[in-house]
Amino acid sequence: MEHYSMNLTLKVWRQKNKDSKGDFETYKVENISSEMSFLEMMDVLNDRLIREGKEPIAFDHDCREGICGTCSMYINGRPHGPWHANTTCQLHMRAYKDGDTIVVEPWRAKAFPVVKDLIVDRSAFDRIIQAGGYISVNTGNAVDANSLPIEKEKADESFAAAACIGCGACVAACKNSSAMLFVSAKVSHLALLPQGAPERKTRVLNMIAQMDKEGFGACTNTQACESVCPKEISMTNIAKLNSEYIISGLTSR
Amino acid sequence: MALTGVSLIAFLVVHVGINACIWAGDGGDMFNKASHFMGSTVVIRILEVGLFAGIILHIVQGLVLEVQNRSRRQTAYAVSLGNRGSKWYRRSMGLLGTLLLLFLVMHLSHFWVPSRFSTLETITIDGKEYPNQYADIIRVFHDPLVVVLYLLGCASLLYHLLHGFQSAFRTLGVGNNRYLALIKITGFWFSIIVSIGFAMMPISVYLEWIS
Repeated sequence: MEHYSMNLTLKVWRQKNKDSKGDFETYKVENISSEMSFLEMMDVLNDRLIREGKEPIAFDHDCREGICGTCSMYINGRPHGPWHANTTCQLHMRAYKDGDTIVVEPWRAKAFPVVKDLIVDRSAFDRIIQAGGYISVNTGNAVDANSLPIEKEKADESFAAAACIGCGACVAACKNSSAMLFVSAKVSHLALLPQGAPERKTRVLNMIAQMDKEGFGACTNTQACESVCPKEISMTNIAKLNSEYIISGLTSR
Repeated sequence: MALTGVSLIAFLVVHVGINACIWAGDGGDMFNKASHFMGSTVVIRILEVGLFAGIILHIVQGLVLEVQNRSRRQTAYAVSLGNRGSKWYRRSMGLLGTLLLLFLVMHLSHFWVPSRFSTLETITIDGKEYPNQYADIIRVFHDPLVVVLYLLGCASLLYHLLHGFQSAFRTLGVGNNRYLALIKITGFWFSIIVSIGFAMMPISVYLEWIS
């Protein structure tokens, strides 16, 4: 694709801290290369703001390879911007053309309070994982990988669920701010494997209890989560989570 | 929500089946017998109580769900995801449900109240007296405004079911890879067939396809 430069108008949510009332601020950015990533464009703007003695825009980022789930940003009404199965850091400026206006907002959910500007507190996800999204293993030598046979289909399905990077786009896109896609990916991932079996029932009950406690909404299967997920986590995981929850609720002690 | 939804879906099958009796071509005899059976049998009267309880529970659950879910996002987005993420009717179940409730109030006052409180005329079929429910539907569906309102009710039902059918099964945990395609196809055709089945009743009467 041919390289080009563009001038853009950005409307970015600025908020000093979690208690202050934020608002949009408009910035003009010039000479943006189509080969830059979206975050590099933000870097260019921040560099300018710093040189002008202004407060740079705070945003989350880490690996910039689309695998860590740190970057967020609700860009023109869609988590992670316009591209399908993509993270903000992997969004490139060739998605835009000269003269475009881009509105950048933080994830909006009661369970994800804004910390500053575009950064939200996603520790609710950590607490859900701490409630049961793990397996307990004894320490010692790693066992031989082939000692525990797993069907290929199950391994694939489990891996597809394990691809969740916990970015929170599902919550951001959901009209109910529900975290069901995230929780379902974590529960499916472990429920499909023999390693997850011993804690299977308590895991799902505890994780759902924590999810409700954190203030996420209830799932109404609108399917918005699936459409924006950068890792294409399927909503079939949500049905699986529901069946795991119902069966565990009925049969656990 | 899902459990009450599925039981209401089951009721729709019975309702649309009984409605279909108007096309028996016997001047409404089969329909009158069927509606008399529904109104006079003890077991059905008990089920009717369950049906009303189901509807009320479904409404209460829906209201609680809607209010709780709306409170989970305190600041709205400046630009919303809208139809890029999900179909409009999947996000509008509260609105569609409210329209259906308004429709139900009208519908019950048209047919359920007169039949339950025995204000219908009677007709003699095979030497036995039946309330003439058939004559009542012919009378009610003579008004074009009523027909239009019923068609709007059927349209609300169509979209409510298009989402509700598969959503209920997903919530009950039946939406895994094995059954998802089955649920989607069944839900789609069920919604279409049931809604058209209901809509054909006022249309048939108004256009005098049946007499």
